[in-house]
Parts: sequence; C-alpha cells; structure tokens
Amino acid sequence: MGLLSRKATCNTHGQDSSYFLGWEEYEKNPYDDIKNPDGIIQMGLAENQLSFDLIESWLSKNPEAANFEREGQSIFRELALFQDYHGLPSFKNAMADFMSENRGNRVSFDPKKLVLTAGATSANETLMFCLADAGDAFLLPTPYYPGFDRDLKWRTGAEIVPIQCTSANGFQITKSALEEAYEQAQKLHLKVKGVLITNPSNPLGTTTTRTELNHLLDFVSRKNIHLISDEIYSGTVFTSPGFISVMEVLKEKKLENTDVSKRVHIVYSLSKDLGLPGFRVGVIYSNDDIVVDAATKMSSFGLISSQTQYLLSALLSDKNFTQNYLKENQIRLKKRHAKLVSGLEAAGVECLKSNAGLFCWVDMRHLLSSNTFEAEIELWKKIVYEVKLNISPGSSCHCNEPGWFRVCFANMSEETLKVALNRLKMFVDGPSSTSRSQSEHQRLKSLRKMKVSNWVFRLSFQDREPEER
Amino acid sequence: MVALTAEKQDQNLLSRMAAGDGHGENSAYFDGWKAYEENPFHPIDRPDGVIQMGLAENQLCGDLMRKWVLEHPEASICTAEGVNQFSDIAIFQDYHGLPEFRQAVAKFMEKTRNNKVKFDPDRIVMSGGATGAHETVAFCLANPGDGFLVPTPYYPGFDRDLRWRTGVNLVPVTCHSSNGFKITIEALEAAYENARVSNIPVKGLLITNPSNPLGTTLDRDCLKSLVNFTNDKGIHLIADEIYAATTFGESEFISVAEVIEEVPDCNRDLIHIVYSLSKDMGLPGLRVGIVYSYNDRVVQIARKMSSFGLVSSQTQHLIAKMLSDEDFVDEFIRKSKLRLAARHAELTTGLDSLGIGWLKAGAGLFIWMDLRNLLKTATFDSEMELWRVIVHKVKLNVSPGGSCHCHEPGWFRVCFANMDHKTMETALERIRVFTSQLEEESLKPTKPMSKKKKCWQSSLRLSFQDTRRFEEGFFSPHSPVPHSPLVRAQI
Repeated sequence: MGLLSRKATCNTHGQDSSYFLGWEEYEKNPYDDIKNPDGIIQMGLAENQLSFDLIESWLSKNPEAANFEREGQSIFRELALFQDYHGLPSFKNAMADFMSENRGNRVSFDPKKLVLTAGATSANETLMFCLADAGDAFLLPTPYYPGFDRDLKWRTGAEIVPIQCTSANGFQITKSALEEAYEQAQKLHLKVKGVLITNPSNPLGTTTTRTELNHLLDFVSRKNIHLISDEIYSGTVFTSPGFISVMEVLKEKKLENTDVSKRVHIVYSLSKDLGLPGFRVGVIYSNDDIVVDAATKMSSFGLISSQTQYLLSALLSDKNFTQNYLKENQIRLKKRHAKLVSGLEAAGVECLKSNAGLFCWVDMRHLLSSNTFEAEIELWKKIVYEVKLNISPGSSCHCNEPGWFRVCFANMSEETLKVALNRLKMFVDGPSSTSRSQSEHQRLKSLRKMKVSNWVFRLSFQDREPEER
Repeated sequence: MVALTAEKQDQNLLSRMAAGDGHGENSAYFDGWKAYEENPFHPIDRPDGVIQMGLAENQLCGDLMRKWVLEHPEASICTAEGVNQFSDIAIFQDYHGLPEFRQAVAKFMEKTRNNKVKFDPDRIVMSGGATGAHETVAFCLANPGDGFLVPTPYYPGFDRDLRWRTGVNLVPVTCHSSNGFKITIEALEAAYENARVSNIPVKGLLITNPSNPLGTTLDRDCLKSLVNFTNDKGIHLIADEIYAATTFGESEFISVAEVIEEVPDCNRDLIHIVYSLSKDMGLPGLRVGIVYSYNDRVVQIARKMSSFGLVSSQTQHLIAKMLSDEDFVDEFIRKSKLRLAARHAELTTGLDSLGIGWLKAGAGLFIWMDLRNLLKTATFDSEMELWRVIVHKVKLNVSPGGSCHCHEPGWFRVCFANMDHKTMETALERIRVFTSQLEEESLKPTKPMSKKKKCWQSSLRLSFQDTRRFEEGFFSPHSPVPHSPLVRAQI
C-alpha cells in the first residue's frame, strides 16, 4: 500500500513540465540593471506592476482604512474574529460594483450571487468541484493558461479536452472546432459538463468577439452544459474592440432568468486588474443558487483574509478611485504594449493583434529550424540561455501550432523592456536560425541533452515556483 | 424517455458533490445557530436573547492585539510607516510564503510548546486556515475510499473538512467517560479492525491535542503509545494542535514533535502536524493555517496544493512582524492563559455550585459538561430533547455531544472564551434558574400530564439513579459547522 495518495504521487499538478525550466533558470540568474545586468529577464510572469503608485496614493489619503479604523475606532478586533464564509457585505457590494464598472455598467452584478475565494486558482477549482464529477470533462479553447491543468484537473479528477484554435483566423473559436472537441470527448468516453473560456484570453491577449460568444451560448444551450468565463483580465482591455462579457450577451439575447443563464458562471480576481496577486482575492459569480450555495460552503477551504477584505472594500467603494484607476491603468498598459510591439517589429518579429492582457502572443514561426514542437523547444532554450529572456513557449499553453510564444510586458520597468528588446533584436539579426552550421547544430544538441538531464534531476528534488498566469 | 423535473435536471447538471449534503450543514443542530441568529443576546438591547456558547473562539485578549497593532503601524502595508512595502507585498504570491512569516510562525510554534522542540521554517506550508490544512493533508495521504481513524468525540467540522471533497472515510475510535475519554490501544485496535471488515484501507490516525471538544491534553505515555501504534501499522499520525497555547493551570501540553524525539525507531515520514493561529492568537478571520510535515514529499505536494488557499501576503506581513516581537508574544501567551484560567474557573465554579458535572480538563476554550442525569432516557433522542430545551427555553446555544459523535448521550460542549464576564454571569444565572426549576418539578407530586404543561417540563426529570440504557444504532445526526454560517457581519 502506497504511503501517499495517488494525487500526491502523480504529476497532474503539471509542475514538472518543461515550462518550469525557464523559471528555474531565471531564479538562478535574475536580471538586475545594476547588480546583474547579464541576468535573465523575466518575461514569463503575467503581472501588472504598472499602477501601484495609484493605490499607494489612495492609501496615503485614506488613513482610516489603512489603519483598520472606522469613525476613529479601531475595528481590528472585529476583523480578527470575522470568518463568515458569506464574506464582508461591504466588500461584496464593492466588488459587484467594480465588476459592473469594468463592463461599462452595461450589466450589473448581484452581491448575493458572488462567492469569495482565495484567488482565481481556488475559484476555478471550486467551480469544477461543483459542476463536474471525477472523470467528467470540460472543453477549453487552445492555447490556454498552463495553470488550468492543475487548477481544473488535479484534485477534482476532471478532464480537459481542447477546442483547437489556429492562427488561420487569429485563434478564434469556431462552431466546427466546438463540435469537433465535443465529438473527441465522446470518442474518449468522457461526459462533457461544460466549456471554459478566458476572456480576455491568456495567452492571446485578445477579447472574445460577440460572434464567438453567441456561438458559445448556442452551443452550451443545445448541449445542455455549462459555460465558465474566466474574466480575470477584464480590466486590462486597453483599446478597441473593447470588452464584451458573456453576461452582456446573455442580456442582449434576453436570456436572463432562463435555464441557460443558470449555467453561465464567471470567475474574477483582483490579481491582474489591480496587480494584487499576493492578496488572494478571487470571485465566482453564478446565477445558479445551488452553485452559489455549494461554492460558498467550499470557500471555507480558502477564505479571503478579513484584513484584506476590509482594505479592499474601502478601496473599491471609492468610485473616484476606481474610475480613475481603470482609465489610467489602461492608458499605461496601452503604452507599454505599444513599446513591446514596435520593439518586436524592429526585430522583424510580429505578434497577434491584441487589445488586452499583460502580454503579447508572439509569432516566431519563421525562426524555427523546422515546423515542429522540438524546434520550438530548441528555440525557446536558446532564448532562455543565450538571449536570457524567460518567455513562455506555446506548447506549454497547448497551442497546436509550433512557434508561438507568450511575452509579458507589464511586470518590468520601461528600461528593462528596452534591454530585453535590444537583446532580442541582436539575436534575430545574428546568424539566421534556418541556416545553422553543423557545429552550431551539435552545440545545440549537447546543450539540450545536458540541460534536460539536469532538469529531470532537479525536478525530483526541488520545489517549483507557483505558476503565474 | 421519462421527462425529468426541473429540479432533477438541475441536480444532474451539477456534480454529485454540489448536489449532495457532504458539507454537513443540513443537520438538525442548526436550530441552535438559528435561534442565536434570530435572537442574539445583548446585555442592554436583548437581555433575553440566546447566549452563544457554541462558538470556540478566544476573545479574551483582543485588547492586547489591538494595542499592538496601533503601536506598530509599520506592520501594516497601508500606513504611512509601512506603505513603502506595499507593492512588494502585493505582488508576492510565492507559495513558499514570506521567509520572515515562516520563521516567525516556527518560532511561535516553539514558544507554544514551551521551547521543548525546534520547528524548521522550511517545513511550514500555508493553508486556508486549519480547515484548508486538514483537507490538504487528506488529499496528500489518502485516496477516495480510504479511511482515517478519529477518536470520539471529535470536532464536527472534520466530517466536512476530511471527507467532503476528498472522498475519505472517518472511522471512529470510541472513547468512554468511564476512563475520562482517554484513547486506549484496545479502542484503536477495534476501530482498525472495524475498518478492515468494512473494506476501508486505513491510512492514518487523526488526533486533536489538546482535544476539541474535551479540553484534555494527551500525556506523554499516551502520545508515545499512539506513535508506536501508527508506526507499527505503517499508517500516518496527524496531530491537530490548534489549541496548543490554550492550556491553563497545571496542565502541560506535550506536542507530538516532542514525543517523536523519544521514540528512536519512529518513521518520521508518517508524522504531520496541523496548526493555526485561529485559537491560540484569536485570529480566525485572518485565515492562517499551517501544515507541518516531517515527510519531505508531503511538504512538497502540500506546498503545491497550498496554491488553492494561500495566506494573504498582507496578513503574512502583519503576522511576521507581530510574531517576531518576542516580548509581545511572551506576554500575550502568558496573559491569555491567565484569562482563560480565570474564565474557566468562573464557569466551573458556577457549575460545581449547581451540582453539574464536567470533565476535568485543563485546555481549550470550552468545557465538556455532563448532563447525563438530566436525560429522560439514555438515548440521543433524549439528548436532542434536552438540547432543544437548553437552546429555546434556557436560551444558551451549546453543542450536544451527538454532534461530536460522542458514544454516550448527555454530554455537551460549552464555550467560555467568546464572551465577557457579565455574559458569563448571565449564562450561569440562567443555568441556576433552570436547575432549581427542575428540582421543584421533581419534588411535586406526580400528576397526569396536561396539554397545558410546557413541553420542556414534560420531557425532563431529574434522575437520582444511573438508569442509563444504551440503545443500539443510536441516531447520530450530522454535525453542524464549527462556526455559524448564519452569522452575519457585524462590521
């Protein structure tokens, strides 16, 4: 009899994937403009570090909230004891309003249908526990956030079946792709419980179109399954065509209060829009009372710290702050995005046209030695070890075409971004990867062998950093 | 094809987990919480309201905590003194946790074990409270269908935390009042055998030390025998030490961490501790749970799973600062124990004067009260009847032993650390009135029961003889949640 559970000994947590090699290398040799200017620049971390000053400024103007006071009295004691899984009412109200604001107030959210969770990581897992039995499947459009392999499958026993999207149409979700995925699940004898989309998309950085949302709603309606829309990047939309939430489309199609609306669930978090991943603030929004009820009870396993709920309820209730923040944040993201795109263009590298997110989906197919995933990994290792940029290879996101990479732009200073872009340009301008000399090929081969064996050895004995989005 | 009703269709669309009642909250014990919720006691506004004695919280040292927080604005990342750390902390989501947090927690764990053992900060894994810690440990050590042995009576929340989403079974290790509910090897072996007969592979033994709901601590010999038992069977030993610092008087808390040093052939891969700051520090709202395992692989996997319930970095920062203030911590622990002892004495002295028995114990935030002699019959139905009287007529929300899977009816857990002195006085007065009314009833000549008689009077009689008859297959309702989901924010 094994000492540990199957869950403990399998690797469905996904943290043994080659994706983590880049992380490890970064950890060993992190870039610092003064102390380590030749170090690896972290471009694999989808964090928003552009707008902290706005929050810090708010804190300095709001000492009562900062000091856990209300009307001059310390409420620390009450906060210390507050563990009601229904959450702080003022926080849920503020969150519901903030979510509406993020959607231009075109839809409103009912705080009673909100469930608070420890980050979107926990929200997604909890929804799986509520909607799928072990062995059931959810369909996910590719490419998708690598963390879903852990969050949706690991402890729940659920399966993911990919909806294959391709560059031919900008990776949009088509009706036929949906049907094919469903059939594929049937072939695998998997019961499909729903579809999960990320809108705006990670790793694409694009918002889901109205057409796609209509297809999705028709599809889940016909198949009588759920639709989860992870809208964690909803506040990062910095240019047209603008963000359309699935809730808006439900409203437009006059499907509110129907059976279908009860099967649409939203996941949200403050980790990307407000850049507060450390605070672990996630949300499930559902029109199904049973789901809200069950998820609320399950949230006991990961409640949001009352201290954090209190701070954020004050912050988000300040409408002046939220309006200004959303606007300013988007301006900064747009500028930074433009810098990355133009820098890449100067290196002859294109990316998918995007209007949201904290990253670009970069096309390096022309730099591959062959149109294979092996070539993608070869190229990726070069970029990590020689160019010293940690970026995320498309295969880690289950992209079905080799040569795409996710490159983050919002987690570093402008200067660091410049350095990164220079390095990339020098790499691309150097010897072309399609006419590699024999010695270069040999060198790469031995590099690969050495690194893979080291990697396998290290993975057995060391912890990994948590995955970011 | 038979058309499904709308509700049935709903149920099919959701998981069995969501549609079922594995959360344990559909139990009859909710009457107690509801009664409190509908009519909560307040000394001025609602002097006749229900007094909450079912909530195991440590509210006696909130003033010390508040004072420290006010005097240390740098511990907050929001104040002028601390805001320079805001962005670093706000982006910190590494599941290893802030190093200073882990170091401070390790130090605190040592202090609460009288510095008899050392804890390695690198083995400290965060979780969403002890609730999250227990579930994580269950996911790591057991497959669906496996079982953990748990001595009874036990904390009702285990039914949910260990079983609901994990599919793990709990196999009771029956303990009896005849020996003060101590865990015996015979009881352990019997439980192990029961599991075998039921085809439940036993993966571990879960103990809560100090015990909830008993308030007792395990002595050294008992702990050693438990370590030997699990070691021999090759199963895990999980020690929930959430009440470690709530010992008072002469009671001494001995951690399993101490005992394994004295058992030379102990396989440490089988030893795990669950801890939290919710009881010892009175900070349940901050959700600081800890998994501490001596098994490297478990540390690794639990750490990956902690992604599902990390401690807010804002809270890690505050706790790191607070627990690094050793003078404050020493003073806090000292004062907390004194205040717990005083409040405990107040309650038990009051009960003694009324001839109400309670299990002698020196830890925890509650006492295990003996009302067996007030039961009409020695059955759990009678216990429920008595409980309803206590909740609705005496207006005290206490936790009946049946909800804790106690083998014998008539025991009740009564919390004392979540109220002030005046409220305690009021509670004791109500108990005094209740018992004197019962005495009057028992002295009156027997009359045929009239319909006008209040239901609570007819269901009770003081028994001066031990006429307990144990019914087989007694009804053991599901346990209520440990904290009321009905408690609305007062904030």
